Amino acid sequence: MTPADKKRVLREMLFARRFEERCYEAYVERKIGGFLHLYPGQEACAQGVMEAARPGHDYVITGYRDHIHAIKCGADPKAVMAELYGKETGSSKGRGGSMHIFDVEHHFMGGYALVGGPFPLAAGIAKALKMKGSDAISICFLGDAANNQGTFHESLNMAKVWNLPVLYVCENNLYGIGTRIDRSTAVVDQYKRVSGYDIPAVQVDGQDVEVVYQAAKIAVDHVRSGKGPYFLELMTYRYRGHSMSDSNAYRAKDEERMWSKRDPIIMLRDRLVEAGEISLDDYKAMDAGILHQIEGEIIKFAEESPEPSVNELEKYVLADNDPYVRGGAR
Amino acid sequence: MAAIMYWEALQRAQDEEMARDPLVIVMGEDVGVAGGTYKATKGLYDKYGAERVIDTPISENGFTGLAIGASFIGVRPVIEIMSVNFAWLAMDQIFNSAAKVRYMSGGQLTAPVVIRSPGGTAHQLGAQHSARMEKVFMGIAGLRVVTPSTPKQAYGMLKAAIRCNDPVFINEHELMYNMKGEVPDGDYFHPLEGSEVARPGRDVTLFGYNISVHWCLEAAEFLATHHGIDCEVVDLFTLSPLDRAGIKASVSKTHRAVIAEEAEAPVGVGSEVIAIINEECFFELDAAPLRVSARNVPIPYNHKLEKAAIPSAKDIVHAVLKMFGK
Ligand SMILES: Cc1ncc(C[n+]2csc(CCOP(=O)(O)OP(=O)(O)O)c2C)c(N)n1
Ligand SMILES: [Mg+2]
Repeated sequence: MTPADKKRVLREMLFARRFEERCYEAYVERKIGGFLHLYPGQEACAQGVMEAARPGHDYVITGYRDHIHAIKCGADPKAVMAELYGKETGSSKGRGGSMHIFDVEHHFMGGYALVGGPFPLAAGIAKALKMKGSDAISICFLGDAANNQGTFHESLNMAKVWNLPVLYVCENNLYGIGTRIDRSTAVVDQYKRVSGYDIPAVQVDGQDVEVVYQAAKIAVDHVRSGKGPYFLELMTYRYRGHSMSDSNAYRAKDEERMWSKRDPIIMLRDRLVEAGEISLDDYKAMDAGILHQIEGEIIKFAEESPEPSVNELEKYVLADNDPYVRGGAR
Repeated sequence: MAAIMYWEALQRAQDEEMARDPLVIVMGEDVGVAGGTYKATKGLYDKYGAERVIDTPISENGFTGLAIGASFIGVRPVIEIMSVNFAWLAMDQIFNSAAKVRYMSGGQLTAPVVIRSPGGTAHQLGAQHSARMEKVFMGIAGLRVVTPSTPKQAYGMLKAAIRCNDPVFINEHELMYNMKGEVPDGDYFHPLEGSEVARPGRDVTLFGYNISVHWCLEAAEFLATHHGIDCEVVDLFTLSPLDRAGIKASVSKTHRAVIAEEAEAPVGVGSEVIAIINEECFFELDAAPLRVSARNVPIPYNHKLEKAAIPSAKDIVHAVLKMFGK
């Protein structure tokens, strides 16, 4: 990463942080409903991997904690926020909500709410890319606890047997809702679980975006060069509760404090300040600019957008006018 | 009799049964240390320990199968599946193991598990967290399906289900855990078969179950006050087997039927009740029975669309008025 890249990365991670914090407020104001899973603390994961990948070209799929992954692929933050507001201008036209952001144009294949569901979908996307001779790869971001679903093991096996271009990124934040990883999972280091499938698997610090980027570059190159699947484990931490309905009472304050000292944004910022690339004032100005953009453009857009029409409740259930429904094209 | 909340009724039932029988266990995601997503297992972990109040990995088919296996030789598991939407993942073990093992072993084995899970549309949880699955479960031979509409039923049915020698699926609702109601003080076992007249009436029977019983009662109140129509409300607390005799008795008295369900109409409770009416008392009818149900769509996130997708007491009122030509 060049210094200019690093500055952009800093801005994008700070944007991700502020975007999510604003979602929190909007939820408290009851502008956003349903389940809301936020990303603060984990920014370096999506950021570092997508820096190494080709956003908008490579195919990305994930779980319900999906706003930032969508934005990293190129989704318009305005459309993401409008989706959270349930508006017709939202990325899923208000039908999906926070857990189901989709932006197929930018190859963001969606957020899914069933834990473990995306594993085989990602392998399937990889299968299709391979059949089509595309140089794009499939990237699946999921959590640590998701690896206890059978789909994890089934998908790794198939991906290896069929040599599929899929990168599995495990954002290991040590918890599945309120259950700490060692209470639910026999092997805490997730990369070790992959060894049984003869798939390269590494674990790195998910709080340092440069480390994530370096590891992801190797991973992405491996997959793109036709060598088959790869597993990348990123050690990270979410600052807030699992979702807005989670009190977060199960975590030790010491543990939270320790992780907050390794904040991905602050670490990169301090590094850039030390290298003389930016000043703290630059950073503050950057932050102010972001807050202004969120309030003045993104929230405004979401607020002012229309809601879907109730008359269109049944739209999108099935294809419109598919000729084969009537026995073929006429 | 004390008024307690629905979740407290479930908690009390499990606590009492665990105290009585050391082979009763509780398992599910976040049921232990966290006390359950809807608090139904609150305090049990501290009282009975990690061997009996088990926080499971996110492996629904795996832990459901494990519980079924344990039940083969005497353990009495109560499985909590956080949301019925996740029960799809456990369907193989529920359908292929629990429901069939008694029959295919010629009666040698049984799987006395209780599976509790909330279904239904809460507030804007989106398509993958708002489904109802009772129509799926009630179509499985070898599985009992009940769905409590009050804290009393929740308490008494869970107690009975734990002691019953068949697999029992208890269909709960995300919006009902904080509902308050009277629950008997001592041991109380609610039948796992039958139905209950929740409000006697003469003119039309409103069939409901779980949350829709409350919509029916609300509609009945309104229709009595504003239209002079006297509705009988029948609570179909058992969905499998459906209470043929109860359905017949009420329709033979009122000669009219409206069935209210939160789920989509196809292959649902309404279809089944109407089929039973046809078989049992067709010639008693004064009007064609009507179904009040959800629109046939995945549940949308947007609040207006969500509201439009699922039925309400108002829709029941409209159906009754239509039936009476008003
Ligand atoms: C099949 C299924 N089971 C259970 C849940 C409830 N649930 C939602 S997220 C979650 C924890 C997932 O943890 P992890 O995979 O580590 O991801 P994280 O939220 O930590 O990013 C659980 C149990 C679900 N959504 N789907
Ligand atoms: Mg996790």
